[in-house]
Amino acid sequence: MSVAINVENVVKKYDDVTIIPDMSMRIKNGEFFTLLGPSGCGKTTLLRMIAGFNSIEGGEIKFDDQVINHISAHKRNIGMVFQNYAIFPHLTVRQNVEYGLKLRKMNKAEMKKKVDEILDVVKITDYQDRLPERLSGGQQQRVALARAIVIHPSVLLMDEPLSNLDAKLRVEMRTAIREVQKQVGITTVYVTHDQEEALAISDRIAVMKDGVIQQIGAPENIYTRPYNVFVSTFIGHSNCFHGTLHREKDGLYVVFGNGYKLLMNNLCEECKDGQKVMIAVRPEEFCLGSEGLKAEIRTRTFLGKYVNYDLRFTGDGPLAMDIEFSQDVGQAERIMQPGDKVLLKPNSQKINVFTEDGERSLIKDVKRYE
Amino acid sequence: MSKRKGIKLDFWNVVTIVIVLVFAVFLVYPLFSLFLSGFRDAATGEYTLSNFAKFFSKKYYYRTLGHSFLVTTCTTILAVLIGAPLAYLTTAFKVKGKGLIDILVIISMLSPPFIGAYSWIVLGGRSGIITKFFANVFGIETPSIYGFGGILLVLTLKLYPYIYLYTCGALKKVDASLSEAAESLGCNAVRKVGTIVLPLIAPTILAGSLIVFMNALADFGTPMLIGEGYTVMPVLIYNEFISEMGGQANFAAALAVIMVVITAVMFLGQKYVVNKKSFTMSSLRPIQAKKIKGVPNVLMHIFIYLVVFLAIIPQITVIYTSFKATNGAIFVDGYSLDSYRSIFHSLGTAIRNTYLFGLIAIVIVIIVSMLIAYVTIRRKSWISNVIDSMTMFPYIIPGSVLGITLLLAFNKKPLLLSGTAFIIILAFVVRRLPYTLRSSAAILYQLSPSMEEAAISLGDSPLKTFFKVTAVMMMPGVMSGAILSWITIINELSASVILYTGSTRTMSVSIYTEVIRASYGTAAALSSILTLTTVVSLLIFFKVSGKKEVSL
Repeated sequence: MSVAINVENVVKKYDDVTIIPDMSMRIKNGEFFTLLGPSGCGKTTLLRMIAGFNSIEGGEIKFDDQVINHISAHKRNIGMVFQNYAIFPHLTVRQNVEYGLKLRKMNKAEMKKKVDEILDVVKITDYQDRLPERLSGGQQQRVALARAIVIHPSVLLMDEPLSNLDAKLRVEMRTAIREVQKQVGITTVYVTHDQEEALAISDRIAVMKDGVIQQIGAPENIYTRPYNVFVSTFIGHSNCFHGTLHREKDGLYVVFGNGYKLLMNNLCEECKDGQKVMIAVRPEEFCLGSEGLKAEIRTRTFLGKYVNYDLRFTGDGPLAMDIEFSQDVGQAERIMQPGDKVLLKPNSQKINVFTEDGERSLIKDVKRYE
Repeated sequence: MSKRKGIKLDFWNVVTIVIVLVFAVFLVYPLFSLFLSGFRDAATGEYTLSNFAKFFSKKYYYRTLGHSFLVTTCTTILAVLIGAPLAYLTTAFKVKGKGLIDILVIISMLSPPFIGAYSWIVLGGRSGIITKFFANVFGIETPSIYGFGGILLVLTLKLYPYIYLYTCGALKKVDASLSEAAESLGCNAVRKVGTIVLPLIAPTILAGSLIVFMNALADFGTPMLIGEGYTVMPVLIYNEFISEMGGQANFAAALAVIMVVITAVMFLGQKYVVNKKSFTMSSLRPIQAKKIKGVPNVLMHIFIYLVVFLAIIPQITVIYTSFKATNGAIFVDGYSLDSYRSIFHSLGTAIRNTYLFGLIAIVIVIIVSMLIAYVTIRRKSWISNVIDSMTMFPYIIPGSVLGITLLLAFNKKPLLLSGTAFIIILAFVVRRLPYTLRSSAAILYQLSPSMEEAAISLGDSPLKTFFKVTAVMMMPGVMSGAILSWITIINELSASVILYTGSTRTMSVSIYTEVIRASYGTAAALSSILTLTTVVSLLIFFKVSGKKEVSL
């Protein structure tokens, strides 16, 4: 039932404005695939093209090997969950869930069995005879999910389904969605602008910007080995430094703006001596040491597990900028005070090095499309 | 143990009591006396059912009830069949000239009710333009415009805009994602309309149908002019009342009672159904109009333009004929301003009366509406609930019934009002209060009481707060209803035609009497002035409010 989705050189235009210039991706059968990006990056546009609500101006979208460009939405056998849920207000919960099955002319007994099952899976059996008005946001969300899944669609499409829920419910529902998806084993395309949600829920993530895919990969790879500076700063926080590469006898070093050197052993082969680079260090990739980047603590935020510090570089380096550093409370020897002067040593195994324009990673074996 | 709290005579309590008293004197008491008089024998004054027996035993009488029901039901069904698809098409698909269409629809709805009848007589009557054209050129006899068909044609074209505007309003609240959700579940376009769109807007269509039904049932001018032998209830009431004016109005009163009972049942029934089936909708992303191509697109445009054109024909006819040269009451070749000269010469009072009475009435309507809205929403008590129920009365009392009611109640001292301007203005206020009252209540629900509380906490008295804060913030909402009240006041016929005397006649009444006299030129000129006033009022309203629609 479930299919793979192949997006091949797809173009989207509204009149003269090009939203998606040329996009290709392969979404595997049964996979939980997330489109992630800032608003206006074209992620919802692409989802609605797969659904059939937006026209396709170029290229092809295939379900397995079948081109679906000209199949109208109601014949694509998709399940879609909308941002505002789009529960039919004049039908009860049960009638909402039955709606798609009735269109498929399923016999009564089988329909009842299927609806009972799915109501149970998403845990709304108790509310089945209520009108949607009397449901909370989380319950409406479950109805929407049940209604989309019960028809056994070829793909499940979800357009920011959690953005109208409060923070706690969001976490609860994303776990529920993930569980239901794995249980049913259905290819799912999920749109969100919330990077934490994307990391938590996905098998793979496509990070998009301005209608172009920046990187596709598993959550951990996207986070630890971003393909470019956009990805490294959009997902999580990265402190960026200008630097140069310097070859010495024992290997290739990155030299930070203020002269601090760090030996790297995982740079790719195209790296040259004297090449200008961009260095990205995440707040947790620093440790306090006897050598490193000189900085002074300005403020600190205690978060329980971590302490986050805002620091400013001291000394006469070319960079007078603010950086962020996270200290693991479980490991920390002491918690520092504003005004303390420290030396921060980046972890050479963890940090990322990009070309000077930030467009490409210079770390060995980092792939754009995984 | 008596728990007597001293009733504080603050401003709002006084207002509440005054409103109750005014309603009691000018609405409840007249209706009450109407009911009583319907149950009285004309000769002896004893209580009896003979008036009702007379009605239900003679075919000449009871068939009017059948006529009324048949023509009203057919009108309602046709209005829905035209108005609802029109609204869906203009919402779901791109239609050229949508803005103009909307304005024309509103104008055709807000024109004087009998202009339609009279224009269609001018066009398709015995010596009408179209009739003559077909007879002279083709030698074909066109079907008669008089009777059932004529009433149906005129009322449908006059009333479908209610359904159109109501449905457009409801469709704006349907979120596009609902329609997409249906598609994603495998629903084709036709089934989507049937299983999702239609059920969602059904309560609104039902509410609109009731308005159409009530309007059609109560309409006096149209069946009077074009119905000829096909008598309906309001016409019968008028005829019986006018002919029995020697103090024998009891039979007419009994007829009025029958009408009021029918409309009350309809009104309450509709309220019950709508309340039971209602659900709230709000749309973040309204349905976008899609472009369609080819034959469907052409057919759609033909349908829309045809309906709107047919509905606006009366206005065009009226304005055109008002500039025709006349010889006495007969149109001759050529154009002139004779009709206008003639009305300013002989009917100047009617024009003056219309604006004067209308302005006084609308000012009263606005003040009373705001006060009632405030009392019933912010000062809830059993008394304000009584007021709330009394405001239902205007919905269920047809104009001609109201005319008789007021005349019967106020034709002797100490409240001898018949023949005065006061009674006409009273009829205007009672009949057209609901539009403004509803919009005032709607806006007040949206205003947070904390705004008033803030003003009071800063040291304003509650009275000052109402006029300086609440009333000012309510104004935009109030005005959107007041525009409808105003336009329907100046076009009011069915009550004023019973209440007028020579010195208190209005333009509507004059048009009616001129048409009866077959003086079509002067009638057309008067109608044109009314239509012009309506259009100008609408344009000013659109300009000031920045909207392109009226809220019903």
